Amino acid sequence: MLILCPNCGDRDLSEFSYVGDATVQRPNPPEARPEDWQSFVYHRQNPRGPHRELWQHNGGCRLILEVTRNTLTHEIVGTKVAGPQRAGSGT
Amino acid sequence: MARFSAWAVAKNALSGNRNWTSQWRKPDPKPSYDVIIIGGGGHGLATAFYLAKEHGIHNVAVVEKGWIGGGNVGRNTTIVRSNYELRPNALFYEHSLKLWEGLSQVLNYNVMFSQRGVLYLAHSPGELDAHATRGNAMRLHGIDAELLDRDAVARFVPQLDMSDHTRFPIVGGLLQPRAGTARHDAIAWGYARAADQLGIDILENCEVTGFLKKGDTVTGIQTTRGDISAPKIGVAVAGSTSEVLRKAGVDNLPIESHVLQAFVSEALKPVLNTVVIGAGGHFYMSQSDKGGLVYGGELDKYNSYAQRGNLPIVEDVHTMMLALCPQFAKLRLLRHWGGIMDMSMDGSPIITKGPLPGLYLNAGWCYGGFKATPASGWCFAHTIANDAPHALNAPFTLDRFNTGYTIDEGGSGPFPRLQ
Amino acid sequence: MSGFRLKTGGLIDRSQTRTFTFDSKKMSGFAGDTLASALLANGQSLFGRSFKYHRPRGLMSVGSEEPNALVTLARDGVQEPNARATMVEIFDGLKATSQNRWPSLSFDLLSANQLAGPMLQAGFYYKTFMGPTRKAWRFYEPLIRRAAGLGKAAQKPDPDRYEKINSFADILIVGGGIAGLTAALKAAEKNARVVLVDEHAEFGGYHRGDPREADTIADLLVRLKSLDNVSMLPRTTCFGQYDGGTYGLVERVSGHNREAMQFAPCERYHVLRARHAIYATGAIERPLVFPGNDRPGVMLADAVRAYALRYGVSAGRDVVLFTSHDGAYKQLSTLQDMGVPIRAIVDTRTAISDIAMAQVAATGLQLITGHTVTQIHGHHRIKRISIAPFDPYTSAVNGKERAFECDCLGISGGWTPSIHLTSQMGGAPEWDETLHTVLPGASNGSWSVCGSVAGYFDREDSVQSAEQTAEQVLRKLSLSRARKALAQPERKDVLNVGPVWSIKGAVGNAFVDFQHDVTADDILLAHQEGFLSVEHLKRYTTLGMGTDQGKLSNINGLALMAEARGLEIPKVGTTRFRPPYTPVSFGSLVADARGSHWRPTRRTALHSWHLDAGAEMIDAGLWKRPRVYKRGDEDLEQAYIREARTTRQSVGIVDVSTLGKIAVQGPDAAGFLDQVYSNAFAKLAVGKARYGLMLREDGIVYDDGTAWRLSETEFLVTTTTAQAAAVLEHLELYLAVHWPDLKVHVTSVTDQWAGASVAGPKARAMLSSAMPSIDFDNDAFPFMAIRHGKTAQGIPVMLCRLSFSGELAYEVFTPSRYGLAVWEELQAAGKPMDLVTYGMEALGTLRIEKGHVVSSELNGLTTAEMVGLGGMASQKKPYIGSGMTDRTAFQDERRHQLVGLVSKSDASVLTGSHLVRSPVLTTPCLSLGHVTSATYSPAREKYVALALLEKGRDLIGRELYATFPLKGHHVAVEVVDPCFFDKDGERMHG
Repeated sequence: MLILCPNCGDRDLSEFSYVGDATVQRPNPPEARPEDWQSFVYHRQNPRGPHRELWQHNGGCRLILEVTRNTLTHEIVGTKVAGPQRAGSGT
Repeated sequence: MARFSAWAVAKNALSGNRNWTSQWRKPDPKPSYDVIIIGGGGHGLATAFYLAKEHGIHNVAVVEKGWIGGGNVGRNTTIVRSNYELRPNALFYEHSLKLWEGLSQVLNYNVMFSQRGVLYLAHSPGELDAHATRGNAMRLHGIDAELLDRDAVARFVPQLDMSDHTRFPIVGGLLQPRAGTARHDAIAWGYARAADQLGIDILENCEVTGFLKKGDTVTGIQTTRGDISAPKIGVAVAGSTSEVLRKAGVDNLPIESHVLQAFVSEALKPVLNTVVIGAGGHFYMSQSDKGGLVYGGELDKYNSYAQRGNLPIVEDVHTMMLALCPQFAKLRLLRHWGGIMDMSMDGSPIITKGPLPGLYLNAGWCYGGFKATPASGWCFAHTIANDAPHALNAPFTLDRFNTGYTIDEGGSGPFPRLQ
Repeated sequence: MSGFRLKTGGLIDRSQTRTFTFDSKKMSGFAGDTLASALLANGQSLFGRSFKYHRPRGLMSVGSEEPNALVTLARDGVQEPNARATMVEIFDGLKATSQNRWPSLSFDLLSANQLAGPMLQAGFYYKTFMGPTRKAWRFYEPLIRRAAGLGKAAQKPDPDRYEKINSFADILIVGGGIAGLTAALKAAEKNARVVLVDEHAEFGGYHRGDPREADTIADLLVRLKSLDNVSMLPRTTCFGQYDGGTYGLVERVSGHNREAMQFAPCERYHVLRARHAIYATGAIERPLVFPGNDRPGVMLADAVRAYALRYGVSAGRDVVLFTSHDGAYKQLSTLQDMGVPIRAIVDTRTAISDIAMAQVAATGLQLITGHTVTQIHGHHRIKRISIAPFDPYTSAVNGKERAFECDCLGISGGWTPSIHLTSQMGGAPEWDETLHTVLPGASNGSWSVCGSVAGYFDREDSVQSAEQTAEQVLRKLSLSRARKALAQPERKDVLNVGPVWSIKGAVGNAFVDFQHDVTADDILLAHQEGFLSVEHLKRYTTLGMGTDQGKLSNINGLALMAEARGLEIPKVGTTRFRPPYTPVSFGSLVADARGSHWRPTRRTALHSWHLDAGAEMIDAGLWKRPRVYKRGDEDLEQAYIREARTTRQSVGIVDVSTLGKIAVQGPDAAGFLDQVYSNAFAKLAVGKARYGLMLREDGIVYDDGTAWRLSETEFLVTTTTAQAAAVLEHLELYLAVHWPDLKVHVTSVTDQWAGASVAGPKARAMLSSAMPSIDFDNDAFPFMAIRHGKTAQGIPVMLCRLSFSGELAYEVFTPSRYGLAVWEELQAAGKPMDLVTYGMEALGTLRIEKGHVVSSELNGLTTAEMVGLGGMASQKKPYIGSGMTDRTAFQDERRHQLVGLVSKSDASVLTGSHLVRSPVLTTPCLSLGHVTSATYSPAREKYVALALLEKGRDLIGRELYATFPLKGHHVAVEVVDPCFFDKDGERMHG
């Protein structure tokens, strides 16, 4: 598998580590209910097909990226810098 | 149907083997059953068998999307062991091991359970201490375990590199003599044949496309071979649990699907007479009766439903192989493939009633599912028959993630990629 | 005898003789021979024994699909089992031995298995070996294992070298036949970076050695070699396609060439990333399934042709061909001219094409149409065959048998495209009703096919398909601007296959899978027993599971199952091919990551000093750390006791460079750490450090360490050695994803700092003398304070007054490049004060005496409360992990708690013991907890331990037993507070 790192270009799978599901939202502590924490820590959609997920280029620039990848074919549809887009951090 | 025996083999041989019949029937689905088990893998078939044998429930269908035994029961590295430290795991897997010990006779099908021992290597004094903690726990649970020092390891597995020149020299190991390997396909076929003989319908090429529901209660399934109803529906589709339950409207399971690769070498004359697990538990190998080394390593470490993996793990697995046995460099990889692991968030399984009325769930086997097959079916059948878990599977609930009573043998936390 | 060397022909160099041995018998061949061709030329007909029945087997093929001719190679003590004789190039001194026979190849005792043949049918082992007792399998299994298996594994380490390279291409072309060469040239001329691989030593594929094609091949090769954007790799197998255009290749570099061996690796593993792959992998001939089709002397018809054309070897002295299509008629006159004694052709069809007829007419061979071979006579090789009239419509023998003398039978039932690579990524193969063969399914866009693998069995169509495919790929990769694509040619049925899957009415074992001894009857039996799907068929009969991966057997097996089920072949389904295409050596996949290099080694700046000081080193993750510095005849325990005792009496020093160190910088650094740690950090003063505890989101302890506030906006965070990388990733994740608004940057500085901890009553005096510019007075340099300064020799240092040992202690950090110099200065300063250097064991002793926890206690299952750090969980702020600590289990009073244990006798408490109430060792027995760390305590002069114990704090003062059934060790212990020494911390603060 090759993953397009927004900083470094196409890089081999072995340079990256998988972080996890990018769709789960960390609850905001003051308002968070127990079920929100459950969802964040334990519950996963785990789709068979397109999946938004986080990877880290920790064998390279250490960027954390959001990758959209098909879990059945392993085809990568897109990558971008993870987290809310900040000015100047385009894909 | 004829019993299998040496006598039957000889008798049939004389008549040109024309009298053997189908090992399980190929029935058409009935409109309803007392219990439907979704998933014709080892666990589903075992569940059906024990429903009939232990609980007298014979009006059961096992529905399978493809051919039985096509998932992880036929893709794994066939290791059977019960060397766990945490009490719920130790008791459950030991129950499974005990069922394995008589399984060929109970099923009248040679599952080739070979108690050749499973040796966990320690590469540092700290790791040996951790093995000792586990081994002592096993002994206190009534499970066999032996601690081997370096010399004893060298005697037990002469193929291992016991020198100091390797990166992490071997300092000792924990042996479970009663553990071993079994013939993976035979489990699926043996349970299928035995279940079939007890009247259970095994419905192959019968894919579940949806669930019939009354309110929240699940009352049946829609399949490619028509609707089938049942008051109790057990799901045993590890690897695809999330996808199947999504069809029932459940999409908040503590499960991720990951790919685990498995490897087999060309056939060799006997060279390894036990199961060796080394490199920090990240590598395992044994030799099959046919002579191929059967081995594997870690997950590919990304969510996947593809039954194949990638080269970094292929390389790493062989690196660990040669770290333990450098003389194997000229042996060859014959075939490698992947299986889809139902990775639960604490590394332990789920055998429970729910998550909806009418539904029962058997899932989250991570990579421990093969050895668990008999006990999993046994406990799941108990849970379905009695609408309550047996003491052995009572801890394996879905609710444990709410209460905090997670069963995290490795202590790696809610991260399947680290388990 | 049988095969022999022809007077002319072949690509061999007849001026270069090569001598080798086979089963210790000396033989010779020529440069360019394979072991198979050389043995054949020497008249060898028996090459091996089959897997189950140990039947005598000869050479079946000329390529990597060979199921029978497997040998063990030996060279300079290196042993390589299961080498395919067809792929081994001979060299002087090659030693080959046959396999799976005892005592010899021609007399194999286990061939008695054949007598029990009907009992050893498919799956027989599932039905028996189950009695008389439950232990029966333990008795039978070793017997079965001994009979099974092929070659023997080496006993000595492999001295050969292997290499791995990463490479890149626009287009990978697999297969260097005329189609592959054509596609490569077409692509290369458009400036594409092309990698062309072929598994054989020479390019040319099917046409290698064919005199009519020699010029064409030579011309293509010359033109390709003139282009520097083409990389041509002969002897290279593309064994698999992986995600994202990654391909695994193995190149045989010097295994065939002893001279080159000294300088070059034996094999080279390429991980190639290509934008597109063109598979020109050709096709493999399909055997016919009839009784006795496995006897030595029966071989694929094309192998007869290829051995003559490529190696100048006749496969027999009296050759008959047996076929069901026109392909086998090719080049009959060429072969005859070369001297291959072909006598007759038996064809199952009643009519053959005019072209084939013309070939027959030109050669004057005897043509026997509408016939089948019904039996092979002879044991170790063919003596004669029986043939009989055959009705192709009913697939049945319909007349009387007659005998036919011959010593070699070339068989061919058609050709099967080598679609393996196309199917690895999940492309389901398709059945072609006209060609009666399987073709690649739809591509996922990453690969294309051309030539015979795509079903173009006509020479000109094949070339056209190669040109067209190359053009299409170039356009896809934007390397060609051609507007209009060439058209793919129509697939012509040039073989006119009259499919024959079984011969009804012929009696005897008809083999489908030669290596695994799967017969047509086995497939019928599988059907009879309900193993109907292809996957069940494979698994039940072991069809296609041998080292040849079913290259010769899969289609025949599939067709027989279809026939049995009364279905069309496509309805039975096809199986998915798994990598590797041909077996790949472990050595090549590992390359140089062997021996001490299989994982990296991390050494601190002080490593060489430790070795010089006689340290016994121990692995701590990837790090090497000193365990103890033994003196004289000390054993481990005596050494660590001395080191720990001396530290408490005077002063000790330990290398702590391996601690994880993370620079946390930015205006929001303090706020960030306040959420990362369970205890408060926001108000930590500049110049002070604090112990901190990190939890996971599920409320379990993650790691502990210290954070040093170096300025308003900068912290140095230390982590445990083991968790350094994980903690950094953890922090990076929160900053990138969960708290993107925080202005903080984190960087690993583990390797930038060397560190030493100096501890003991004389630490202050020692450091004062080593660093006179720093005021070490208790008020000037209080506990947890940070100071910057210089050593006496002027080397910059950063100190923090931290204690892990419970002594007055300072951690001294300096840039790694100064580490050794500072360490040596400290050693010198400590000399007058009886300084001791201590290792991991004494470090452990000192911290156990103080009840400090490490990874043994923070094992991923413990909460802060369980390890006695409940007080560090702030109630005033949210932090990572605070959201889930309200759960029931966290309040459960039966949870384990950290306690101390003191042995009530002189017996030690062993780490890994469990705590029980029973005064005698007994199993099973309820465990109340376990010993996490244990040591002899010089301070208490007792064996002590830390343990996690159910309701532990309630049991302080009670007697329990630490039991270690694995060693029969059982000692009485008293449960005590986990801090064994100086609980009020007077020494540390003094």
